[in-house]
Amino acid sequence: MEWLISLAIGVLTATGVYLTLRARTFPVVLGLTLLAYAVNIFLFAMGRLTVGLPAVIDKTATAAQYSDPLPQALVLTAIVIAFGMTAFLIVLALKARGELGNDHVDGLDTESDNYSNKEVK
Amino acid sequence: MSHLVAWPVFLPLITGFLLILAHMGGIRLQRVISFLAVIGLVLLSAALISATSTDQYQVYLLGNWTAPFGIVLVLDRLSALMVAITSLLAVGALWYAMSTDTDKKGAHFHILFQMQLFGLNGAFLTGDVFNLFVFFEVLLLASYGLLLHGSGRLRTKAGLHYVVINLIGSTLFLFAVGALYGVLGTLNIADMAAKIAVAPQEDLGVIAAAGLLLLVVFGVKAAMFPLYLWMPSAYANTSAPVAALFAIMTKVGIYSIIRVHGTIFGSEAGELAYYYAPWVLGLGLITLLLAAFGVVASRGLREQVAYLVLASVATLLIGVGLMSPAALSATLYYLIHSTLIAGAMFLLADVILRGRGTYEDRFESGPSMPSAILIGSIFMFAAIAMTGMPPLSGFFGKVLILSAALDDAWFATIISVILVAGLITILSMARTGSLIFYKVLPDDSVPTSERGEPLNRMAFIAVIGLLLASPILVVFAQPITAFTESAANQVFNSATYIEAVLSTPAVTEVTN
Repeated sequence: MEWLISLAIGVLTATGVYLTLRARTFPVVLGLTLLAYAVNIFLFAMGRLTVGLPAVIDKTATAAQYSDPLPQALVLTAIVIAFGMTAFLIVLALKARGELGNDHVDGLDTESDNYSNKEVK
Repeated sequence: MSHLVAWPVFLPLITGFLLILAHMGGIRLQRVISFLAVIGLVLLSAALISATSTDQYQVYLLGNWTAPFGIVLVLDRLSALMVAITSLLAVGALWYAMSTDTDKKGAHFHILFQMQLFGLNGAFLTGDVFNLFVFFEVLLLASYGLLLHGSGRLRTKAGLHYVVINLIGSTLFLFAVGALYGVLGTLNIADMAAKIAVAPQEDLGVIAAAGLLLLVVFGVKAAMFPLYLWMPSAYANTSAPVAALFAIMTKVGIYSIIRVHGTIFGSEAGELAYYYAPWVLGLGLITLLLAAFGVVASRGLREQVAYLVLASVATLLIGVGLMSPAALSATLYYLIHSTLIAGAMFLLADVILRGRGTYEDRFESGPSMPSAILIGSIFMFAAIAMTGMPPLSGFFGKVLILSAALDDAWFATIISVILVAGLITILSMARTGSLIFYKVLPDDSVPTSERGEPLNRMAFIAVIGLLLASPILVVFAQPITAFTESAANQVFNSATYIEAVLSTPAVTEVTN
């Protein structure tokens, strides 16, 4: 199971990094989503991989008889935050598409932009 | 257990909810509520500072769960100082926003403003790394809204970059926190520090890597080289009160490095003690040089001020990287100065922009602005403070940092970089002042439609109020440096921090 999880994290991260470096906004949004998936699985794995064990601690249970509940709580928080952020980013990307007239992350230069436009290239 | 420590976090949150309910009541009601809350925050932070007069840490157990199992809020001098700076800056920014009607240019300005303060105060007070992440997200989400407040193509574009880079920063934050949790099994900062001291040798590599990953995250927030490229355009293109409030946002990164790295990788950490400091120092020096070049190369005043903020952040990074109590004390003094003066500079740049009509803040000869003598003198005052010339506080802060740098092995490099960068910024600020205020076009060559609006005196009060911090910092330099010295000593004494957080008992009796 370990190699499968690490492979999944690695592939998701690599794809995410590649997509966030793209020039258009939609691949960037997808890339950030994949990075968020990768980090969620990573957080989950940090509580050690266990199969079929409860997260609720019984008083008589030893450390090997339950799975760590804390990373599950962390992942839940991270998922919610990533969800909200992605939704916001998509709306912002749409707004940028509407205002800049194209879907490039850097926008495209037009005559009407003033000095600070060239700053962000 | 006193609830004082929790109030700076919950007051803006409750105010935010009230503002949502008050949305129907119109802008005037919102302004009254919002401003009262910010004044309340100033009073609260005064109470916080007086509560830290002894060397005691005030630990607040949220939900009455003892550390390291629950989330704790920890108040020490450093946190109290950061909360105080935030609330003072917020008063200035909010006053300016209200008197220029910036808050009417879009919905929910005041709610976002309060949520921003909620995130900032939470980040300054929390004693838990994951909770720090959550507060970072709160302040970032509010800052996205504030940054885009109003409208404009350039603002949207700069905002998109800002959001994307910060989302990547958040992902890295989670990777770093996850790795630290996987090895240390805890998220409480004090408990992490205690666990690192006894960590087995084979885990140290993972811990060191996670620590540096965390430094990257805070570097994004603090706009550290090479992660600063988002910052000048984001700050230059947003509305003035938001840019002024954002002067504290870069300092959140500085604070987090001092708090998280300073505690976890403090003197107790054995092999990893202060291993991050050379990185901070070196990157700070590079950032400072590049910021100075940016100040020269700017094509508008707002962009120039953004690079000046970058230069002050770089100076702070150098101070943190020197890792001595004297240097940290000087850094904190400079932090008070640079945050408040940078806020004032952003507001002043907006005053100048409004006075120059269609010429805005571009560096080209424009028409003479209304009340040019008043604005010009204040500009000179602010520029002296910002570039660190005597007799104002920027000079004192730099002298303190330079004298602390004398003990470092690299002192020749550090001192020459700071002085050369200072000289470059002084020269280009002098050029800016003469271009905007002296080289004006003759009155008859500019049509009235391209002229600026008269000076908004109510708004100008905010600029002067924030700038007053500079002479106050000089006149009361002795008590303020005494405070920053004891704050720095408290930070370096991480053993008592760990002890205080981990030994705080839960409240047993129920009080009504």
